[in-house]
Amino acid sequence: MPEQKAEGKPQPAAKAPPAMAVAPWDDELARSLKQRFGEQITELSVYLGQKFLVAKPEAVVPILQYLNSEAAFDYLVDVTAVDYPSRAERFELIYILYSFARNERIRIKTRVAEGARPASATGVYPTANWLEREVFDMFGIEFADHPDMRRILMPEDWTGHPLRKDSSILAMDHRWVKEHLGIDSGQ
Amino acid sequence: MPDGTYLDATELVLNMGPQHPSTHGVLRVILKLDGERVIGTECVIGYLHRGVEKIGENRTYAQFAPYVDRMDYVASVSNGLGYCLAVEKLLSVEVPPRAQAVRVILTELNRIASHLIWLGTHALDVGAITPLFYTMREREEILKIYEKYCGARLTTHAFRIGGLQYELYEGFEDEVRAFCDMFLPKVDEYEELLTGNRIWIARLKNVGVLNAEDCKAYGVTGPMLRAAGVKWDLRKAQPYSGYEQYDFEIPTGVNGDSYDRYLVRIEEMRQSVRIIRQAVDRMPEGPIMGKVPKVIKPPLGEVYVSIEAPKGELGYYIVSDGSTQPYRVRVRPPSFVNLQALDKMCRGALVADVVVIIGTIDIVLGEVDR
Repeated sequence: MPEQKAEGKPQPAAKAPPAMAVAPWDDELARSLKQRFGEQITELSVYLGQKFLVAKPEAVVPILQYLNSEAAFDYLVDVTAVDYPSRAERFELIYILYSFARNERIRIKTRVAEGARPASATGVYPTANWLEREVFDMFGIEFADHPDMRRILMPEDWTGHPLRKDSSILAMDHRWVKEHLGIDSGQ
Repeated sequence: MPDGTYLDATELVLNMGPQHPSTHGVLRVILKLDGERVIGTECVIGYLHRGVEKIGENRTYAQFAPYVDRMDYVASVSNGLGYCLAVEKLLSVEVPPRAQAVRVILTELNRIASHLIWLGTHALDVGAITPLFYTMREREEILKIYEKYCGARLTTHAFRIGGLQYELYEGFEDEVRAFCDMFLPKVDEYEELLTGNRIWIARLKNVGVLNAEDCKAYGVTGPMLRAAGVKWDLRKAQPYSGYEQYDFEIPTGVNGDSYDRYLVRIEEMRQSVRIIRQAVDRMPEGPIMGKVPKVIKPPLGEVYVSIEAPKGELGYYIVSDGSTQPYRVRVRPPSFVNLQALDKMCRGALVADVVVIIGTIDIVLGEVDR
């Protein structure tokens, strides 16, 4: 999990365990996923009673497809990302799913490198459209086959992706501010 | 656009907002029209983007708590509850029963306040001015209780991680009971004004229909999902803060149109009163703060915790790296996700219906843009 903070942040406490204290996730659903996707799922765990799996990026959309059609996970709650700049595959993508029939929530996580183009989930869940656009806007992760891969919250001609760890909280696109607001700084 | 002037064109592109009274804030909707019919819409959002998630990474857990109130500012108590529950889960802290009961009372009052704002402005959009004055009058009583309890009316920061900061003031229970007694007849009054009103029915019935399948596909939750006939409420499905002790119904609709959403929200206000009365009557004694360390430093880990906010599922996904600041705070806002279904609901509708449909989603732009 998080190894290192961006500059200016306090270091983690020395006593903190090196990894998340997870328990294995082993129930019928986990077994059927393991059987179906085998090596493509690298981890099946439970943390504080919340189930999650880690999969290879190319397996994510097939897993979503499978969970939606075979396991009644018909509601994609959220798509988001976390940036770990010190890792080789710096971004972690998180898909949160819920099943109305089972009243159960699971997370699917995958790791992608800078410049990688993970497949879009819009074909399985239409709601992924805006959620993936926000991930692109905030982290600069482009989704392949997304119908409308544009920024959503920041202005379209803005440069930079605010939620990356190397983007400081005071970072600003000075060119954009000068051009559109006619001032040197918004701060 | 085709050649020639716009007047020759068969399709007209019209900007609605960002400065338009019916968009409830700075929402810009680009409408593609064929005469009065809407062929397609596109939402332009982000005007109110303040980088709440980035702020969260740069503040300690306790420092960030007041910021979440600024997202859905008409339901700030719900935002605060979701955030506190998420951090408490990370810390594995138990909240004492008395604090839980107070939380339920304040959150349900907040649901009523949020629905009242929605009802008043929605009716105003459709052309009825009176309900706005009525609903604001009753909402004022709720805000007075908040002010007396924590000193703030709108962005309350009423809860703390682990419980509550303040003990209840003298006479709180009586005031809340008096509010409940006063409020229920007022709901009947709103219904008298609107439910059977021919104009209200003509403007809302079969407008902005979204069936259960589409709701699930678009991730739409809250009263919109329930109006489509899905009996799903997180307070029942995955109870938190002691909701399992209270007796209440989940109202549902049939058609999934604007009129059913109106009926669902009206009934939800009555159910909230029911919950508040039970919580006040059974108010447990005891401490109001759990065992929270002085310095909040959750162990390495991540949680996703969500609650039934007035507008739908409000979720917090927090990643901790073991330090005093969250490594990542993700807010799953109901308004943002629900707004995505606007295009689906608007296609084939009239321009005047777009106003109704924006109103019926019940968005708050502070939460859409964060």
